Amino acid sequence: MVCEMENGVIEDMDIEAVPSMWPEDVGPDVRKQFNVERPGADQDMLEEVNIIEEPTIVDFKRLIELTNYTEKGSSQLQYLAKQWEYKQANAVRLLKEELDILSKQRKEVELKKLKILEEHLFEEERYAGDKRPISILEESCDIWQDIPRRKTDFVFQSKRVEIDAEYDTVTYWKQRAMDLEKLLEASLQREQMLAEKLKENIKNIEKQSSPVEELSQILKRADNFLHFVLQNAPVVFGHQDKELRYRFIYNHFPSLQEEDIIGRTDVEIFSGAGVKESQDFKKEVLEKGLPAKREIQFDTELFGLKTFLIYVEPVFSKAGETIGINYMGMDITDQVKKREKMAKLREEIAVQKAKESELNKTIHITEETMRAKQMLATMSHEIRSPLSGVVSMAEILSTTKLDREQRHLLDVMLSSGDLVLQLINDILDLSKVESGVMKLEATKFRPREVVKHVLQTAAASLRKFLVLEGRIADDVPIEVIGDVLRIRQILTNLISNAIKFTHQGKVGINLYVLPYPPIGTGEECHKKSTADNSTVSINSLQDGTCLLPSQNGLCGQKHSDINHLNCDGPGTPSKSETTMNGNRENKSCSPETTVWIRCDVYDTGIGIPENALPTLFKRYMQASADHARKYGGTGLGLAICKQLVELMGGHLTVSSRENHGSTFTFVLPYKVSSSCSPSDDSDEISDDESTNDEMTEGFFQFQPHSFSTLSSSNGSTRIPNSLLHTTGYPTSTKLNGLTEGVPYPIPLNNIANADVVTSSKSQCSSSHVNPNLDNQNQPDTNARLQNVGGVNSLPKLETTKLEDRLEKQSNKLQKTDQGKERSEASNHCRNSSSGPEVTLALEPRILLVEDNKTNIMVTQSMMKKFGQKIDVVTNGIEAVRAVQRRSYDLILMVCSFYKSRIPHVFNSKNSFQCSYG
Amino acid sequence: MEVGLMQRQWVDYTKSLFLEDFLDSQFIELQKLQDEGNPDFIVEVVSLFFEDSERLLNDLTAAFDQPDVDFQKVDGHVHQLKGSSSSIGAQRVKNVCIAMRSFCEEQNIDGCLRCLQQLKQETCLVKNKLENLFRMEQQIVAAGGSIPSTELIF
Repeated sequence: MVCEMENGVIEDMDIEAVPSMWPEDVGPDVRKQFNVERPGADQDMLEEVNIIEEPTIVDFKRLIELTNYTEKGSSQLQYLAKQWEYKQANAVRLLKEELDILSKQRKEVELKKLKILEEHLFEEERYAGDKRPISILEESCDIWQDIPRRKTDFVFQSKRVEIDAEYDTVTYWKQRAMDLEKLLEASLQREQMLAEKLKENIKNIEKQSSPVEELSQILKRADNFLHFVLQNAPVVFGHQDKELRYRFIYNHFPSLQEEDIIGRTDVEIFSGAGVKESQDFKKEVLEKGLPAKREIQFDTELFGLKTFLIYVEPVFSKAGETIGINYMGMDITDQVKKREKMAKLREEIAVQKAKESELNKTIHITEETMRAKQMLATMSHEIRSPLSGVVSMAEILSTTKLDREQRHLLDVMLSSGDLVLQLINDILDLSKVESGVMKLEATKFRPREVVKHVLQTAAASLRKFLVLEGRIADDVPIEVIGDVLRIRQILTNLISNAIKFTHQGKVGINLYVLPYPPIGTGEECHKKSTADNSTVSINSLQDGTCLLPSQNGLCGQKHSDINHLNCDGPGTPSKSETTMNGNRENKSCSPETTVWIRCDVYDTGIGIPENALPTLFKRYMQASADHARKYGGTGLGLAICKQLVELMGGHLTVSSRENHGSTFTFVLPYKVSSSCSPSDDSDEISDDESTNDEMTEGFFQFQPHSFSTLSSSNGSTRIPNSLLHTTGYPTSTKLNGLTEGVPYPIPLNNIANADVVTSSKSQCSSSHVNPNLDNQNQPDTNARLQNVGGVNSLPKLETTKLEDRLEKQSNKLQKTDQGKERSEASNHCRNSSSGPEVTLALEPRILLVEDNKTNIMVTQSMMKKFGQKIDVVTNGIEAVRAVQRRSYDLILMVCSFYKSRIPHVFNSKNSFQCSYG
Repeated sequence: MEVGLMQRQWVDYTKSLFLEDFLDSQFIELQKLQDEGNPDFIVEVVSLFFEDSERLLNDLTAAFDQPDVDFQKVDGHVHQLKGSSSSIGAQRVKNVCIAMRSFCEEQNIDGCLRCLQQLKQETCLVKNKLENLFRMEQQIVAAGGSIPSTELIF
């Protein structure tokens, strides 16, 4: 561009000077092609130069003429010399000026050039500008650079001949002729030079290849480059006319022939999602006349699901009308996928974070709750301890001499205390279960006995005319493994609930095995030989008159258990012996199996309205406020039952009809123990003989025979301690009647861990038994021992006194005194259970197995203090002999000690038995 | 010496025995068991204890002299000593026994030997103390006084 402009400027001057010398058609062509405007300042400048130049040259010639042809010339010469000098100086000045101007001009031109260059560059750099981009062909103007610059080599000065001589004279014409000759000469010279130049130029031009060839080569190269660049690019570009018909298309993945595309529109070529959109987009660009980009997702049959980024720009005619569009598309499917994936990931991360914070919150809340629950448990415990102290003291107080009113007040006090204790126990249980502290124990137990005991206990405290019954299906194993305390708790809870809401009819328990887990458990092998079933209950069933003096209070049940542990019915060995033997053979080495036992607790009570069912198992909920008022209770019982059942892996459900009764059903899995663990328990078949009928008993019923007596009781069901002892007493006396050599259970569970026979200062009173005493939660071995000692070592005096009282009371059943009522009940038990054997021995026999002399001495003294004599043996073998010789009501020994030190006692086939709590 | 003063000294001495944990409430129980029918009960029991403990300590010492310590045997002896010491209420002896049994369980010979040494010391100590006590009682009785009830002390 720069050189072209320069050319233009110089041409101008040439043409002016020698118009005929330059081919006419070159100038305008060049001008047209490059279309460069002439700067106006140049011309002025040129004019100035012309004016100054002319006189200088002419004056010089005249000076020579004058000196040659005139005399006056010398003076004239001097003058002229002066003038010449002046003019010379003037010319130098002018020339300098001219030079300045020229250099200025050059600078300007250069500046202009730079400016133009910049503009040009700027234009090129603009992308998507509204100016039309320069064609790549225009860029390749470098081909012109090889063409020589015209007329740069020589400059002609235009000279006009001026003659001083007078016009039309001879001299004039002479001079004129001479001048013209000279001019001609110069012209000829010039012509020669031009001809040479022309030749040279022609030669040059010939040397060069034609521009067309060059052009096509360049085009080819450009095309190659384009292909090279584009060969792997996932792009498609094309040109479409204003009807959006393809005029040109480049596609990296051509799947269509040229004839399929050219002359057609997008919609005509493709079908599927996105095609219409792209068409519309192109139309929009066409209408607006502004380029635009858009991302379009295609789903066509041709190339499947792909996303293209499409750039569309309008193409204008010279008149400025849009005549079509260029478009370029790039496959960005992968990028879009990645982008979407990223977005998804980010979303997920955000969600995750939200969840996490939510979780943290929940954890925090849970922790808080747990802490609160543990706190509750601790507090409940803290409350319970002093409260049980109060209740215990009140119980002790009740054994002292009191008048009628005092006793009544005390009874109220005790029953209130019991209620609060029960409530606290419930809360404690619940929070234990919920905070996960509750530990389940796996002990062997007999479901029949549990049912029986629960019913007995319930019957004992029954103050309504209700029949209590229990049915156990034949296929329920005799012994299963589970947490018997909890199961008993559940049953007791449900039964007492049932009784509470039943006014007439019956309440009962059904037990049967569910078929869905593997069956085949059948009759159960025996394990503990303790055979803790009671003759009392059996007999009471037979004659139907016995009501146990125990109740579901804190101590009653416990003691009744102890009682039952001690007594053992005379067996009917025939049938069950074979059963047991058979079992043994079959199952001696079978692995543990699980049996699902369903337990229904039904009643014929008021039932539960349907709308109350959903909230029934919720805490502090009762069927209605009316019920709560009428029947009392904390509303915790069922919640605890449900939680316990679920903790043990079962479920608790209820079905009910209002005014017809309810049935609570819970299903629990139990392990059935295999029989091959002979080492730790000395387990005799002969034991089972005596209890076989009880073990397989399937039906119990407790009818409210002695209702008349019971109805008169004043509400408190607490048993005075002295009477507790008596209930223990008759059962133990009965044992003495057993034939020698017949094994029987020893109630050692209370002293299993006692190391030494001691009596602690605080609990040395033999008449006081801690009502909360329990195998599981009473760690004080001394206290346990004390308890057993207390039970079994009643002063003889008291016993006989009680006997008297019992005699009297059995004749007077209408007594309202609660204590008497209890005695009456126990009297029944005693009579029915032991019959004529009662009179055999009133003093319990105690055997001490101890090898430490000091301990023996201390124990002997203590027993003496209690009015008891004890037999002492110093080792296990002697103990076994002693037991074989005669029967004992109580054997005091350290089980763990003997087990470790004298193991043969337990391995030998003898009748020595031990029951562990 | 005046009987009253002797009695007071006896009370102080007994008190100190309890305060210094030589004896615990079991000893009071023993005192309760002593009555007219059995006036020398405590002395009998206590001397029985010391005879027994001397034998046990000798057995224990012998057991540790063996190249292979039979911990089961040691445990048995310590168990006996623990039983008898808690029977007479010799609390400190009993506590050492408990510690020694746990060492036994770990089969820690060093710990056991330390405990044995302690046992000997404690047994000796409590023996001296009780002998002193009995001497004082004899003096009181000889002076025509009676032994104050222990329950009055607390």
